[in-house]
Amino acid sequence: MSTMENADLVNDRKKILQPAVLDLKEVSVLYSGKAAVKKVSCQILRNRITAIIGPSGCGKSTLLRSLNRMNDFVDGVTIEGEILFADQNLYGIEVDPVQVRRRIGMVFQKPNPFPKSIYNNIAWGPSINGYTGSMDELVERSLSQAALWDEVKDRLQESALNLSGGQQQRLCIARALAMEPQVLLMDEPCSALDPISTSRIEDLLFELKTHYTIVIVTHNMQQAARISDYTAFMEMGIMIEFGETDQIFTRPNIKRTEEYVTGRFG
Amino acid sequence: MAFISEQEYQNLQHRHRKARVFQRCCAAVTWASVFLLAVLLYQVCADGLGWLDWQFFNSFPSRFPDRAGLKSALVGTLWMIALVAVFSIPVGISSALYLEEFAGKGKFAKFVELNIANLSGVPSIVYGILGLAIFVRYFALERSLISGALTMSLLILPTIIIAGREAIRGVPMSIRYAALSLGATRWQTTWAHVLPASFPGIMTGVILALSRAIGETAPLILIGAMTFVAFLPQGPMDSFTALPIQIYNWVSRPQPEFHELAAAGIIVLLVVLLLMNATAIYIRSRTERRLK
Repeated sequence: MSTMENADLVNDRKKILQPAVLDLKEVSVLYSGKAAVKKVSCQILRNRITAIIGPSGCGKSTLLRSLNRMNDFVDGVTIEGEILFADQNLYGIEVDPVQVRRRIGMVFQKPNPFPKSIYNNIAWGPSINGYTGSMDELVERSLSQAALWDEVKDRLQESALNLSGGQQQRLCIARALAMEPQVLLMDEPCSALDPISTSRIEDLLFELKTHYTIVIVTHNMQQAARISDYTAFMEMGIMIEFGETDQIFTRPNIKRTEEYVTGRFG
Repeated sequence: MAFISEQEYQNLQHRHRKARVFQRCCAAVTWASVFLLAVLLYQVCADGLGWLDWQFFNSFPSRFPDRAGLKSALVGTLWMIALVAVFSIPVGISSALYLEEFAGKGKFAKFVELNIANLSGVPSIVYGILGLAIFVRYFALERSLISGALTMSLLILPTIIIAGREAIRGVPMSIRYAALSLGATRWQTTWAHVLPASFPGIMTGVILALSRAIGETAPLILIGAMTFVAFLPQGPMDSFTALPIQIYNWVSRPQPEFHELAAAGIIVLLVVLLLMNATAIYIRSRTERRLK
């Protein structure tokens, strides 16, 4: 019991250092009545990387998608509880989901560039949202932030589909960054990539967290251990444990977490 | 063979024989239909090729086969197809987009979907009766190009909608999610990404539907396209004739020369159809290369 209180204390101190960007309060996600995520409460802290780990089907992607209302497009989904973003419930009736997604960006499991030029992949989002600054600068800045600029600066008008898988995924990250989101959600962004591309993206995340708040879902525990500051372990829709990554991987409070991170199941 | 027994060997031979018989049956059936088509084409060409000259394209119908041509029919067909395209393409694409992107999967959408599928199977003559009752009589558009075009549009709309939905469904969901996750509305997503990506597929369906409209005869007869038109339509309210009507008219005359004229008309109609289908195939093959 005392270790758990200790962990809470550590978490409390972190909370003072970094304010919460997203505050989840007993969030449940139901697919036509069946709960895929059950009463999850936790806080996503600013400029930190929070990893969500757990076995397949544990609801980690579902939870992630509910953070920017991408679940709205799935039939029969209902959300219970509250997700506070700047003191506003993302699921309040006065909230426009388009505005939510504009501020909380997302990178998907498989690279999904638009079948358009590299330049237009970046420029489209800002242009439909009424961006008035210099588009060329924004494109360069976004591609540089995603560590892709040097590779593509001479062929911005080429189709994005000609890029390699790893480049496409960094393009998707750049595309999300061009919106200057407050939070960046990543749904297993490296699962379709080779190890070299994966390590490039991990390095990239490390740099990005100075400006952005990142939530990443991964089935790769080593990846979570390497890159994240906080880790949430989920199983069967329940958030079993949430804490600092060091603590989750070295001295988890809950037996089930220990079994998972030491590879005894999952 | 050393590693199988005699019995296994016999059994294997038997199975191979069965496969060969089946393969030959399929080939025979396939070639039979190709052969029939070839005979048909040969017959038509033998009858009609001699009549294909400038005079044939540049003359109005006449009592004298030597002076008869399909100018008014060809121009009428072109007019009608242009009008059908104007009516059916916007309506068809809008309906397909609505049903795929916005209507959801509720009872209403299911009901509409079922009805569109049924409508595409309704005989064309029924559309002719509908066109006669609604456009010719009720809206008093008379026996004009516009009545014909509206009727034909009704006839091919289900085909366009079904083909359009197919093409729209072929756009990967991941593209939609990418756009939506950038703070795009559904409409912005549809307009900027879904429509351009599915457009070639939609156009293939549209062209195939239009080429069906070119060949249809029954609805035009019902709404009263004329069979003897010695002038060119000047506007959509004019009366008109069309290629299939002209062919029908020539075939039903007793003089053998007119039957040869009909064959020449069929060649023209076939060439127009082949050109349209070739365009559709060309567009489709180009898309397949562009999309993953």
